[in-house]
Amino acid sequence: MSRILNIVERHTHHSSRRQHSMTMAIMRKGKQFRWQRKHLIGLRDLSAEEIHYILDTAQGFEQISTRSVKKAPPLRGKVVVNLFFEDSTRTRTSFALAASRLSADVVEFTMKNSSVSKGETLLDTARNLESMGVDIVVIRHNAAGAPKLLSRNINACVVNAGDGYCEHPTQALLDVYTIRQMKGSLEGLKIAIVGDISHSRVARSDMWAMTKLGAEVTLVGPPTLMPADVGRLPVNTSYSLDEVIEKVDVINMLRIQFERLGGNPFPSIREYSRYFGLTVERMQRAKPDIVVMHPGPINRGVEMESEVADGTNSVILRQVTNGLAVRMAVLFLVNQAAAETPA
Amino acid sequence: MVDHVLIKNGRVIDPANNLDEVCDVLILDGKIAEIGRFNGAVAKSVERVIDATGKLVTPGLIDIHVHFREPGDEEEETIASGSAAAVAAGFTSVVCMPNTNPTIENETDIEYVHRKGRQARKTHVYAMGAITKKREGVELAEMGMMAEAGARGFTDDGHGVQDVSVMLRALKYARMFDRVVAQHCQDDRIVGQGVMNAGYYSTILGLPGMDALAEESMLWRDIQLIRKTGVRYHAQHISTAGSVELIRQAKKDSLPVTCEVTPHHLLLTEEMCAEYDTNYKVNPPLRSKKDVDALKGAIADGLVDALATDHAPHLQSEKELEFLAAPFGIASIECALGLYVKALIDPKILDWPGLIRLMTLNPARIIGIDKGTLGRGRQGDVTIIDPDAEWVVDVNKFVSKSRNCPYHGWKLRGKVDKTLVGGELRFEAD
Repeated sequence: MSRILNIVERHTHHSSRRQHSMTMAIMRKGKQFRWQRKHLIGLRDLSAEEIHYILDTAQGFEQISTRSVKKAPPLRGKVVVNLFFEDSTRTRTSFALAASRLSADVVEFTMKNSSVSKGETLLDTARNLESMGVDIVVIRHNAAGAPKLLSRNINACVVNAGDGYCEHPTQALLDVYTIRQMKGSLEGLKIAIVGDISHSRVARSDMWAMTKLGAEVTLVGPPTLMPADVGRLPVNTSYSLDEVIEKVDVINMLRIQFERLGGNPFPSIREYSRYFGLTVERMQRAKPDIVVMHPGPINRGVEMESEVADGTNSVILRQVTNGLAVRMAVLFLVNQAAAETPA
Repeated sequence: MVDHVLIKNGRVIDPANNLDEVCDVLILDGKIAEIGRFNGAVAKSVERVIDATGKLVTPGLIDIHVHFREPGDEEEETIASGSAAAVAAGFTSVVCMPNTNPTIENETDIEYVHRKGRQARKTHVYAMGAITKKREGVELAEMGMMAEAGARGFTDDGHGVQDVSVMLRALKYARMFDRVVAQHCQDDRIVGQGVMNAGYYSTILGLPGMDALAEESMLWRDIQLIRKTGVRYHAQHISTAGSVELIRQAKKDSLPVTCEVTPHHLLLTEEMCAEYDTNYKVNPPLRSKKDVDALKGAIADGLVDALATDHAPHLQSEKELEFLAAPFGIASIECALGLYVKALIDPKILDWPGLIRLMTLNPARIIGIDKGTLGRGRQGDVTIIDPDAEWVVDVNKFVSKSRNCPYHGWKLRGKVDKTLVGGELRFEAD
């Protein structure tokens, strides 16, 4: 269980034994596996094996948060910059905490609304960061593809903390981590993702991660909040939460992002909640051990009634806790891959 | 400078006169004097003899859709740099779109473009004027005086005229002038903030999509307005299978409707945006393979009247932005011919005379100029093409000021050897 942790400590204290320790780390189910990505851009490109490897690594880190001295040394001397072009509280805090628990120096770099007319371009920002010698850039950006653009133009590792409505890989990783924790495995599970699918990067990353790990995913929401050509995605779709609620093992309720909704995709919040809200009444028709998730922050009374959010099936706060371990794992792995690949 | 030129022994293609044979073209005083076989005595009397053996000799190519960015964005392109690029690509006439800064919307603006074109001394440079002031889609621009100044038509290109009542008024008003009204068909409300085709790829890339319906609904609307007004109408850069069907029906109904297709809508598809390379960000967006096939089918069926590049140069620094923020546009004029060969001749959709028709006679007719043919007495605008020459696109060798071209590194066949404008040799390949 604390395999990774041991490795982390051995690795830094006995660098001569590094090779040996790494070999330990790459043993998974008796199979040799080597993490090779110095960027984490999205989960669409990852294999199931890679996802499991991150989750296993996270499991090793989980303990650190429960110790009295909440620090491990693998990123000592490294600089992690939180480059956030969009508002965020929990993701940014979670990344900052994860980085500092791994002993990195964390720099906050917040810029709202990148655009050519309002100052520096993303690439200029990247070149500046490069000149300051950062090792890992955690980026959140309103434009899909911004992390990829950055990764092509910078030597540092790039970790996507959410880009437009493309991907939010660490959120999905912590979601599947939590599900794995609750259910043992995702293989064969039925999972519903409910809400504004079209504007949700969480829905996309979740969909990739969950289907790769063997779950059967159903996207639920009004047709006006479904993305184009949804039929070509490896998922089912439904416009009826009532039909889906009885069948699923896990339900992930997306936040209605009022700031992203253009042009009245549903008539009123009241009507939205009527059809897509997770109410106490609907919960009575769900499987008793259904796992209720939400990426936060919750609009109480819109996508979920408070009794449900705070109820016994809810793992919402556990998700937040797990986010820390998952982000530590991601930072650890990309840094390791960067160290192994010549610049 | 008056030029007497004899172009000898080329395969002369002149669709207007159903001509496709190996012979000579004699240009006297800058005008086409005669096509036939000439003896040595004639050769001695002219100032320049061009041996075109193994080459195609065609009417000067015409591109009715270019953005030369002047006035306003001269760092991206100027009329001088754009027309120099055009002439190197075999074009002898180009039509500049009015979406400059300020908008080309009155006779002075039209005259400005013409003057810059004359000063550049490369191609003939024409302009379309805006349909509405500042291309805002609200008040009509001075179409009459622009027509008098030589505007070849009207368009709010970059943008469609959204308000149906404004478009109806524009078409009615345009009845007074024999000019084409052209439209960039796109309903802004459907497109919203879209940056690429709406579909599977926009979904997985997390980019806002531009639904094909945005183009088709406006084209459908406009065709109904043409039924009512009967004005000559040109659908610019159609890009979807649905648009092809609308054009098919309009032509079946004998409406005065024409359309053009760009090289990128024949060669590129939406999945090429997958790496967020902004060189593939263009408006109308790259569509699906089904749409590409429909456009090729439309060309095979004779539904497409003209090929046009929509050459849209942009600065490197702008194209280096996020896909969401970068401007739309592909700079392609310098590889146009080779791209058309790849898209249309290689798969045997068109033969050379068919391709030349879509690049000369037809576009000339759309904009109402007395060009696009080698008929006697016409200006000596001639393009000489090496149909078999293979070459590799290298954006760093572009004459154009811009490099935003997704074809960099492509191997193409068909290269312009010489371009003559008014009998004057304006371009010669090394």
